[in-house]
Amino acid sequence: MSGSVLYDVPGPKAQARNRIYGILAAVVLLGLIAFAVHRLDATGQFQGGLWSAYEYTDTQQRIVDGLLTTLKTFAVAAALSLVLGTVLATARLSDHKPVRWAATVLVEFFRAMPLLIMIFLLYAAVFTSDPMWALVIGLMLYNGSVQAEIFRSGINAVPRGQSEAAFALGLRKTQVMTTVLVPQAVRTMLPSIISQLVVTLKDTSLGFIILYEELLFVGKSFAQQTPPVNGVYAFIPMVIVFGSIYVLLCLALSSVATWVERRTKRSRKGTPPPLAATGAVVMADPGHSAAAGDPGASGADVPKAD
Amino acid sequence: MNVLSDNFAMFREGFVGTVELTALSALLALVLGTLVAAFRVSPVPALRVFGTTWVTLLRNTPLVLLFLAVTLGLPALGLKGWDSFWLAVLALGCYTSAFICEAVRSGINAVPVGQAEAARSIGMTFGQTLTQIVLPQATRTAIPPIGSLLIALAKNTAIASGFNVSELGSVQKTLNAAAGYNIYVIFLWIALCYIIITFTISGLFRLLENRLAVAR
Repeated sequence: MSGSVLYDVPGPKAQARNRIYGILAAVVLLGLIAFAVHRLDATGQFQGGLWSAYEYTDTQQRIVDGLLTTLKTFAVAAALSLVLGTVLATARLSDHKPVRWAATVLVEFFRAMPLLIMIFLLYAAVFTSDPMWALVIGLMLYNGSVQAEIFRSGINAVPRGQSEAAFALGLRKTQVMTTVLVPQAVRTMLPSIISQLVVTLKDTSLGFIILYEELLFVGKSFAQQTPPVNGVYAFIPMVIVFGSIYVLLCLALSSVATWVERRTKRSRKGTPPPLAATGAVVMADPGHSAAAGDPGASGADVPKAD
Repeated sequence: MNVLSDNFAMFREGFVGTVELTALSALLALVLGTLVAAFRVSPVPALRVFGTTWVTLLRNTPLVLLFLAVTLGLPALGLKGWDSFWLAVLALGCYTSAFICEAVRSGINAVPVGQAEAARSIGMTFGQTLTQIVLPQATRTAIPPIGSLLIALAKNTAIASGFNVSELGSVQKTLNAAAGYNIYVIFLWIALCYIIITFTISGLFRLLENRLAVAR
């Protein structure tokens, strides 16, 4: 159901009314933004002295270093989580009951734990001097478990006839998996996998809390070192600069997911059925029933708040 | 194993803190999320643009960054005197509202077209169609994803421990720093507390789901 089903095509009167509402809403919003900017200005956040530090190559180098640390952490954690996800998904689809059982317990446990609590544990108990690995291993355990569930549901969503046909040809289970099921499943799973990677990228900022020198932490220590100008500390400029970097990074990765999804949808040859084959799955996976063509509503971004 | 009995008051305070934080920010997120979802399907283009921007921006912001922006930004805007608990509720509520909005909106999209068409054909306005016909039916489809979003919210409250809010995460941090306790045992108890909370939420939502399913 597209949005327009909810209201009649606006006539001249309704158009005029909508325009008035629109103008009112815009005025209120712009007013709020103007108020925020005015307050920031009044409290002296836009003084040149607070921002001039960003002109120095030294500062820029530090930002780049922080960015590289974040990206490195993300790359390692993403790779490890994909590996762990594959292992756990394989175990959950195993023919052996104990293996299946153990994998289920692991996946459910790590998915139920807050990531930060895991990271606190790893930082306090195992990697006391190396926050990076506490962060990476924490991210790996959590995101690996989530990826495992994505892989598993993707493989289960391949039509039954595919594996039946492959078994009928005399292929073994491993062959059925690697040559028939996985290649088809990857296409449906790819948007979900990438949006989980966005979550991984966002969660690298948890390193901030365990004092790991990633982008956000660099920002904070940088703001603390900048001498206050007229009694104003450089925290707001820091949030604006570093926040934009983070949001742009995540937006870029999200748009890859949206792009991949649209591409998969468009290609006709061998298009797999959407992940949501049954009503129950549609409910659990709202993104797939959302309107197509809207950048915010693709199945790629099934709500993920963790 | 005496970590719990030694620090029972602390654990209790942390548990209550996490529950309060979860409940209040869930309330904020549900109200705000439904409102933004209504904006996103409204006939007014300016509101639609606002809704889309809100969702896109918040979903691509790390929660830690949002916490920083709220705890540092609001005082700069002159809103001093808010304690860190309410700032945390604000950050968590706004963050989760973007996800709730998408869940509600896909619930709205899942309501059969005929329902809204029938409502319009008997002369209902957009507001009436949405609040009396579509949203009540959308609730049914939206309940399961909202349940998992609130579980995610409960887990995300741990981040507030980095911003001077006393909840389970900060209990773990304090006890980890206090020498003499086995760190794994502390973790076990904290984990148990979170599991109690998340199981309660998922149980509540299963109950709600069953209740609403009967009406169908």
